[in-house]
Amino acid sequence: MSQWTKHDLLDLEDLSKDELELILTTAKSFREVSSRDVKKVPALRGKTVVMLFFEPSTRTRISFELAAKRLSADTLNVAASSSSLSKGETILDTAKNIEAMNVDAIIVRHSCAGIPKVLADNLGPSIINAGDGCRAHPTQALLDIFTMKDKKGRIEGLNVGIVGDILHSRVARCNITALNKLGANVTVCGPSTLMPVGVEKLGVQVSYDVDDVISKSDCLMLLRIQKERQEDKFLPSIREYAKKFGINKERLKKAKKDLLIMHPGPTNRGVELTADVADGEQSVILEQVTNGIAVRMAVLFLLLGTKEE
Amino acid sequence: MALLIKNAIIVNADKVEKNPQDILIEKGIIEKIAPAIKDTGAKVIDAAGKMVLPGFIDLHVHLREPGSEDKETIESGSKAAAKGGFTTICCMPNTKPVLDNAMVVEAVRKESERVGLVNVLVIGAITRGQKGEELVDMFELKEAGCIALSDDGYSVNNAQLLRLALEYSKMTGQVIIEHCQDPQLFAKGVMNEGLTSTKLGLKGDPGISETVIIARDIEIANYLNARIHFAHVSLKRSLELIRQAKKERIKVTCEVTPHHFSLTEDEMKSFNTNAKVNPPLRSKEDIDAIKKALKDGTIDCIATDHAPHTVEEKEQDLDHAPYGMIGLETAFGLAVSELVETGILSWADLAEKMSSGPANILGLSKKGAIKEGFDADLVIVDPKAQWIVKEEEFASKSRNTPFVGKKLVGRVEKTINAGKVVF
Repeated sequence: MSQWTKHDLLDLEDLSKDELELILTTAKSFREVSSRDVKKVPALRGKTVVMLFFEPSTRTRISFELAAKRLSADTLNVAASSSSLSKGETILDTAKNIEAMNVDAIIVRHSCAGIPKVLADNLGPSIINAGDGCRAHPTQALLDIFTMKDKKGRIEGLNVGIVGDILHSRVARCNITALNKLGANVTVCGPSTLMPVGVEKLGVQVSYDVDDVISKSDCLMLLRIQKERQEDKFLPSIREYAKKFGINKERLKKAKKDLLIMHPGPTNRGVELTADVADGEQSVILEQVTNGIAVRMAVLFLLLGTKEE
Repeated sequence: MALLIKNAIIVNADKVEKNPQDILIEKGIIEKIAPAIKDTGAKVIDAAGKMVLPGFIDLHVHLREPGSEDKETIESGSKAAAKGGFTTICCMPNTKPVLDNAMVVEAVRKESERVGLVNVLVIGAITRGQKGEELVDMFELKEAGCIALSDDGYSVNNAQLLRLALEYSKMTGQVIIEHCQDPQLFAKGVMNEGLTSTKLGLKGDPGISETVIIARDIEIANYLNARIHFAHVSLKRSLELIRQAKKERIKVTCEVTPHHFSLTEDEMKSFNTNAKVNPPLRSKEDIDAIKKALKDGTIDCIATDHAPHTVEEKEQDLDHAPYGMIGLETAFGLAVSELVETGILSWADLAEKMSSGPANILGLSKKGAIKEGFDADLVIVDPKAQWIVKEEEFASKSRNTPFVGKKLVGRVEKTINAGKVVF
């Protein structure tokens, strides 16, 4: 197993297969902490972790915050406006001010791709990407893969279907990258207007037939259809999407018995999936949330903790 | 006072002189070109070992004044032009307020005369406020000095309005310059659409936003037998359409920017907002097509689309940072490095693309060549000098260029406008 040497976590493209495995293994050892009565280990005592979110987020932010706290790090939330230039301050200004307060890690989310990289290129603290535009969301992909591996015992050879708005999804891009490295077979499925240009060159199968994808998959990852994007008219209607691509009990009849239903949340019940599927026995949506803390603990620990030991 | 340039290797679009010549300039006009002109008491500049080209003419510059003087002024932009070897620049009307009436146009002209470094020709807007709704008073702008009109930054989206502008321009003689871009297809893309934009998660501009407008405009120009000029063409397919139109003798001309023949979309991999430009940097295939089109004459001229922006604006994220890069001071070096050194263009070809080509498009009969009786607008260059683009050396007020640190061949030594040394 390789030693951890990376300073930042920007994109899973930057990580080797060994490094991905190291995060998953580390996460496994941390998962137990959250089930203890006293949910805390002293690994990052004295470290300061700042969450700099230029885009609203509830679950990712809370998950990171709990992960940092369970490692005994001090945490701070900064909700910044992505158009703070109106106040005369650039993103770099804001981040440099935070750096000047001697923090150890900045967890950043931004509506535009590339901001975590720009911060990493210019700042000293470790930068963790908590989602940048349509580009990457590494800890989400890691927790997805952690959950798959936990349930299936392997990643290599698994058939993973990703269904929904692939065009705007950083979760899809990041999962594709990592799943390919770990040897899974990925199929993306969704309306043709929500497929990015060149998607077939990303090492995935492309399908427009969700029933076919359901029947072949071991894991089915559903992506959120963002109703606010409907203004851009990528779809004739949400109604038609739900009919053609929504997952319901009827459709799941053709699925393997042990199919995993996954969703990064928040779900649109009645759109991507029906309530009975979301709450059904194949669904691991809440386990993803639980595992998210373990994965983020692992990431924080590897980035901030190991150097001094 | 008269000026005598001695031992000049004169480069014109039609010919490079084999033997060094002397150029005598009096009252801003090229009086005489001959070997070994006797010293007439004129001030002497020795150009031995250098080349002398007709002063460069840039059809596409944003001077930002009035309204955004923190980015550039007529004065700083004129200095940047002179440093880059340009003696005539055309400024685009997307200032605040828009250059759409005689009063503001005259204010710009007056200020450029006060600065007095290079000729600033004002391009007026095609539509009032560049809103694409109604035509400007084209004759009024003509009388105020606007030899060309453009809504640069936007296409004239309403095809009927463009038809009217082209028809009306037959009377006024103004060149209509189109920024070819369908706004809905463009959809505020920040880079070229393709596998790279998909991987980077950045909004892509599909090139069809450009080609559909070029195709449309060619059809309108053909129907009206009117002429139209296409700004900053960036795609192989656009050039195929223009090549075919020229074959059919439709009156179209076009320009290309130095960055579109020097850089590919791969620049965006570093998320450098200074490489965000409109139209976006394209693929290697497009660059190859641009070079071919420069060689075969499909592209008439090189224009910089010099677009200054402040550091603060460019320090925003890629969605919010403004489009554009500065270009006046790197254009010649890029043209020599990318086109002449690589054997794509000869020196005479370069003089055509940077001087006589734009002069012909604008109908400037006394500019664009070094000939007796022509305006004494000249640039003395060292064709072999190597230099590195340095941020602190720009005369422009702005620094937004991805070329900082790049090594270039070919450097402007002196710029002479109307017989006066301006750089």
